[in-house]
Amino acid sequence: MKISVVRDILEANERIAQQNRELFDRNNLLVLNLMSSPGAGKTSLLERTIDALKNHISMGIIEGDIQSSRDAERIAQKGVPTVQINTGGACHLDGNMIRDTFEEFDFKALDLLVVENVGNLVCPAEFKVGEDFKVMILSVTEGDDKPAKYPLMFHESKVLLINKIDLLPYVDCSVGKIENESRKINPDQEIFRISCKTGEGLEEWYEWVKKRLKNKRIKSQ
Amino acid sequence: MHEMSIAKSLIDIIHEEMAKNDARILRTVRLNIGEMAAIVPESLKFCFEIITKDTELEGAKLIMAIIPLMGYCHSCKEEFEIIDYAFLCPKCGDTKIETIGGQDLSIVEIEVD
Repeated sequence: MKISVVRDILEANERIAQQNRELFDRNNLLVLNLMSSPGAGKTSLLERTIDALKNHISMGIIEGDIQSSRDAERIAQKGVPTVQINTGGACHLDGNMIRDTFEEFDFKALDLLVVENVGNLVCPAEFKVGEDFKVMILSVTEGDDKPAKYPLMFHESKVLLINKIDLLPYVDCSVGKIENESRKINPDQEIFRISCKTGEGLEEWYEWVKKRLKNKRIKSQ
Repeated sequence: MHEMSIAKSLIDIIHEEMAKNDARILRTVRLNIGEMAAIVPESLKFCFEIITKDTELEGAKLIMAIIPLMGYCHSCKEEFEIIDYAFLCPKCGDTKIETIGGQDLSIVEIEVD
């Protein structure tokens, strides 16, 4: 007997992510899902962003890693509420893992929640966690062929941060090529060239975050 | 590899549908996998086989159709296949393209006894 089914395989995750999103919206909380390969600079970006914005807004961080709490320890030193998720092997965070952290946070007291996903250019792009925006980092040491190789992540990310531009004299990488290829996949993407080491380009990123926070508050009113 | 999570979600859906239809044996499962879904069909098949081994679902066949990436241009209403991940209308050159196919990750049919 043949049975027609027609269901999204990830529907269970989509449903939980949607419920998370509704809770975030009720609390006027902007949520960013930060993704990249391992070592592209997610935690460094968070450290910089916390230092620059913590006097203006209150932030919370969810750290996703397969193992260890090293990132959470780095971030907690900055004095912001941080929860570490160890996926124990899974290569991405999903809606359920995010929901399990909720009792650790006072969402009413927060303006911005950043979810630092597991370092991986493939899997996290398939799983919504309830975020407003996906933000990705690509570092110049990874090479300029990455948009073509990992199109889904570039397509899904509202923002692309091209990190480690201070290393450009030493690597064979064309930032222009990354920008062109990424915009081909995602024409509306906003792209910033940054260095978490020197601080170059980060002001524009902070302005983007502030603008989105303002929009979120207006939308929620 | 997130194919394991996907295989688990798939099996949850299969169990639900089989219970609804009072089915006991699973013969085949048909899936639509979008060209831009970040899935390796062979890995999904491998994970499905591992999870179903020594269960009542063991031996079921997974048939996967790859769905091409299709776009819809809001300016000129053209529907077209997106080649090489270029989100650009071939007719009018606009870049406001809605993806209407090719990100699928869905189950479409099961055959049971």
